[in-house]
Amino acid sequence: MIRLIAHRLLLSVPLLFVVTVLSFALEQIVPGDAAQDIAGPRATPAELEQIRIQLGLTRPFWSQYAHWLGNALHGNLGTSLFTGQPVTADLDSRLPVTLSLMAGVLIVCTVVGLALGTVSARHEGALGKAIDALSMAGLGLPAYWLSLVLIAIFAVGLRILPATGYTYFTSSPRLWALDLVLPVIALSLGAVTVMAKQTRDSMRTVLGQPFIRGLRAAGVPERSVIWKHALRNASIPLVTVLGLVAVATLSASVFVEAAFVLPGLGSLAVSAAQEHDLPVVEGIALYFTTATIIINLLVDITYGWLNPRIRVT
Amino acid sequence: MARQVTSRDADDTLQISIVRRILRKPVAGICLVYLVGVIGACCAAPVLAPDNPLAQNLSAVEQGPSWTHLLGTDELGRDVLSRLLYGGRPTLLGAAEAVVVAIVLGVVLGISSGYLGGWFDRIIGRALVDVGLSVPMIIILLTVLIVFDESMTAGMIAFGVLASMGVLRVVRSATLAAREELYVSAARVSGLSGARIVIRHIFPAVTGPIIVQATILGSTALVVQGGLSYLGLGAPPPAPTWGGMIEEAQQLIIGDSWLLVPAGLALGLSVVALGLLGDAIRDASQERWSVRGQPVVTRHLTRAHGPAVADPVPAPAPADGLLVVRNLTISMAAPDGDLPIVRDLSFQIAAGEVLGVIGESGCGKTLTVLSLLGLLPKGIYVSAGDAFLAGQPLSLAPPARGHLSNGIGMIFQEPVPSLDPVYTVGSQLSEVVRIKLRVSRSEARRQAVDLLRLVHLDEPEQVASSYPYQLSGGMAQRVSIARALAGDPILLMADEPTTALDVSVQAEILDLLSSLTDERGMGMLLVTHDWGVLADMCERALVLYAGELVETGTVASLWAHPRHPYTARLIKANPYFATPGAALTTISGVVPEPGNRPAGCAFADRCELASDDCRSHSIPLIASHTEGGFHRCLHSERIAPISK
Repeated sequence: MIRLIAHRLLLSVPLLFVVTVLSFALEQIVPGDAAQDIAGPRATPAELEQIRIQLGLTRPFWSQYAHWLGNALHGNLGTSLFTGQPVTADLDSRLPVTLSLMAGVLIVCTVVGLALGTVSARHEGALGKAIDALSMAGLGLPAYWLSLVLIAIFAVGLRILPATGYTYFTSSPRLWALDLVLPVIALSLGAVTVMAKQTRDSMRTVLGQPFIRGLRAAGVPERSVIWKHALRNASIPLVTVLGLVAVATLSASVFVEAAFVLPGLGSLAVSAAQEHDLPVVEGIALYFTTATIIINLLVDITYGWLNPRIRVT
Repeated sequence: MARQVTSRDADDTLQISIVRRILRKPVAGICLVYLVGVIGACCAAPVLAPDNPLAQNLSAVEQGPSWTHLLGTDELGRDVLSRLLYGGRPTLLGAAEAVVVAIVLGVVLGISSGYLGGWFDRIIGRALVDVGLSVPMIIILLTVLIVFDESMTAGMIAFGVLASMGVLRVVRSATLAAREELYVSAARVSGLSGARIVIRHIFPAVTGPIIVQATILGSTALVVQGGLSYLGLGAPPPAPTWGGMIEEAQQLIIGDSWLLVPAGLALGLSVVALGLLGDAIRDASQERWSVRGQPVVTRHLTRAHGPAVADPVPAPAPADGLLVVRNLTISMAAPDGDLPIVRDLSFQIAAGEVLGVIGESGCGKTLTVLSLLGLLPKGIYVSAGDAFLAGQPLSLAPPARGHLSNGIGMIFQEPVPSLDPVYTVGSQLSEVVRIKLRVSRSEARRQAVDLLRLVHLDEPEQVASSYPYQLSGGMAQRVSIARALAGDPILLMADEPTTALDVSVQAEILDLLSSLTDERGMGMLLVTHDWGVLADMCERALVLYAGELVETGTVASLWAHPRHPYTARLIKANPYFATPGAALTTISGVVPEPGNRPAGCAFADRCELASDDCRSHSIPLIASHTEGGFHRCLHSERIAPISK
């Protein structure tokens, strides 16, 4: 188990390296540079050169990268070209919004997905077919479109939920929760159906195994056979699915936060992209990559916790 | 060469049959028609579009659908249908660019890394893929769009490059599998060049997965292209795109949400159609491997138990016998009427007696045991007969677990797989103890350890805190026996309890079982196919063939002088009679399937003694000349005693 985690952490080093070098390299080939942006269109070549030297833009690539990396390790990801604020301060203030969304999606996905999948594993027919159909729709319908449809129905039409905006948990937990309902639904629909489908397949496999018959023959009641023994066994591969859902939620949050005007990392990525604010986009790339690494690590740990065979070795 | 030609032909016909199979699925057909229609309509937009997609008409803004504007007009009075048709072009083109890049890159790298192996595979096939699949794709795309000045083509190519990692992984594993297949190794040995092997043998083998991947990618690429356009990146307005139209609709959402529908549905349905098509293709190529002509019974049988146990008011229980089974018939529900699998089986077990049940696989031994526990699989049910345990009727229709198994302990064939792999032995045992005895957690734990001690496990505490995978087969079987003993059953049933074990362990387990039955006066039903086990353990035995009792009697008398040819042949097939160096005696032919059983004696087709009488009517049980023995053979006097 410890070896597994160590292995994961070791793998994350080249990953972070590639992501940072890649985004850093991309910055180098942008037509026009930061100096131009700072100095404005009327700057003389001499002024530009001066700013370039100040920014370290005249040094070789690897030296600049090392400088950037050194700063990054000290929690300094540069300043936003647009607002002039430190990138980390900007990102840290928006992180809780995206994390709230992700937590909501994971909870909905686990509870509803597991329940639907488990029930449909035992009762073929209408429910199973509905899940099949829904899973196609859930996967297929783009989350940004679904967001708008939800807004049109629940906020504009029925007026029972807020359309856009975000209230911080600290100012009003109730409004915070209400603001999250529609975005979480928009992000979860696909994930829940995937989860239900995977749960059903996994449950069917487990229910066909000899130990299920063994438990029943020993008089273990059906409730415990299904919800304790079979589900625990079936949930082992599902942890991986949940990890994938978490990572996919990060990506989808970019669109959904834009649709619901939520002040999270995703909507920041969009506005930064529209304003060509590379330091901010790079910072988000770093945050997302780190989040992916952490998610994978949690998946491994949970996997080991659920599966004794891995825990011991 | 001739061999290769045939294998290629076979491949070709295989591909054709898959295409046919896909087209036969109505869903796949509808999706294909839809996709071809959408692509065709968008290509033909200049001809089909009723209007210029950019022509504004401020006197007719935000109109609903009408005959002049089939899908209405937008906020600038532009015709929505025309914008939809023109808007599909950049959307579909972007998705196509991404798919082509991803497939070409993924296939080339995937086949190379699967075929070449070595360092190339380690760097490209493993490391690159691991990294590529973990980078935040959407953020990279945003960066690329900034760098390349919002060129959608650059964005979709970048998406293709990132997405090729998934294709690479799938193609690589398909290539690895194909490479290991016999014909490729043979081709390599016969000196074909690497390129030829890849083109002629590996490429056809990976085509299926590639097509499936292409459809999945296509649908993802559509969502991504639409999303980037929705965010206002890529093609700048006023040129229409589906994503851009969704964004325009968002601006008007307070007043009128109709504009969400055309672009959203066009995009959503295309995505869903591609996904469903991919599913259909995958199903069709998987069906290739499934066995044909097997009746799929379980499908239309959800919880069909048919009539539960026949007569609802059972005849009074026979006084003698711990377990009494009368006229037990087990049937399988089938499309054209129910098929009996076990027919009219009656037997008794006295307290302290061990009754053996012997027969080939498929004779109904296991089903008989499961029926007594109420654990028959779906679609199989008890259609007649009844059973009594210590005078109490057993409920044979599922779900009958729990109340009946208090009196019956069950031991299965596979020791380790019969235990739940993710809970400790102690936790599983205490759960059963708690259910049966309704005691506290700590008391249950204590009794669980006692049970482990009872089955002669050294260090029972340590076994209790182990997981099943940490136990040997013999230890796991002792745990199963301990579990069966929880709640002090009066009857043990064991279905080939030693078959999966080493010979030395077999003897220990059998010793344990016989000492337990002796000490506790339990009855036991022992299913086996091993005459040695039967001789060691049982006084009497039942011989089952094709779901029917063909002979019963004491083991000694069966062994000395069988009265049914099947018993005789089973005994002779025992390795005990084998001559060193000669092939083992086997019984030619197979047990007839439930639907295929002959009218008369089920064994007639495999029997040398069979006459016309045997085939004309079913044979009743006939008393043998030994004490308490019965058989179902018209020619029993012609069967010679076994000479040792």
